[in-house]
Amino acid sequence: MIGLSHYLIVSAILFSIGLVGVLRRRNLLMLFFATEVMLNAVNIAFAAISHYYNDLTGQMFAFFIIAVAASEVAVGLGILIVLYKKHGSLDLDDLANMRG
Amino acid sequence: MYEIVAFYLFSALTIGLFLITVLSKNVLYAMTSLAAGMVLISGFFFLLGADFLGVVQLIVYVGAIMALYSFAMMFFDATRDIKEKNTNNTWVFLLGGLSALVLVLMFAGPIYSENIQALYPMHEGVGNAQDVGIVLFTKYLVPFEVAALMLLVAMIAGIILAGKKMDDSLTEDLSADDEIMTAKDEK
Repeated sequence: MIGLSHYLIVSAILFSIGLVGVLRRRNLLMLFFATEVMLNAVNIAFAAISHYYNDLTGQMFAFFIIAVAASEVAVGLGILIVLYKKHGSLDLDDLANMRG
Repeated sequence: MYEIVAFYLFSALTIGLFLITVLSKNVLYAMTSLAAGMVLISGFFFLLGADFLGVVQLIVYVGAIMALYSFAMMFFDATRDIKEKNTNNTWVFLLGGLSALVLVLMFAGPIYSENIQALYPMHEGVGNAQDVGIVLFTKYLVPFEVAALMLLVAMIAGIILAGKKMDDSLTEDLSADDEIMTAKDEK
């Protein structure tokens, strides 16, 4: 039978995949994708705990995480478009012009 | 029985698709596999009995966020492969070790909190959507309204950021209008 730990392990694996992406990628758009992966992994953990503890709070938090993700994407993509118009690339190394 | 099969199928497919997302060099492949992985994650939610959350995941993530990404893709050169330099390895190892520590703490957390009590228990015989609605509009009304305000602010910010220098229309050629006007004037 599938228990809570199964879901938590899948969630942890997905979270680590997202973390690898955040640490490894140098392209801003790919960083956004990795962030989405991490947010989704946390949502799975919330839904699983909500199911196995018979409590709705986890689902509520998952809803608010989805709302935060939606607004993050809206603002972030606006910033990315402005950056791309200005620099012509989305690579983090090209954008590191504030190094002291 | 079907729950076990569905769980292992969904988890294997999601892990594979998200690995493609993270490791792929092509933005288009990464985005497509991310969208497919999100559809499968909504399958997890349906398995867990969180029907409303699954529907919201399908509508908001797959419908709205991925559509937003694909619209933003028009501004970037999506067909070109991304060239990335490898980063400083010591930082990666340091951050990796720290995050492994955090992960261990996260897994140790439930062991120390065995006596969790359900704050808002689910009701038998009531659909998940009704249950969620009642809790969301009584106990979580203020966070709900704050989230609505945050989405409004994000919408305005997105419009202003992406819409900069778009006051001259991209679709109609204004100089062509001028030529027609001057031609009329000459007549």
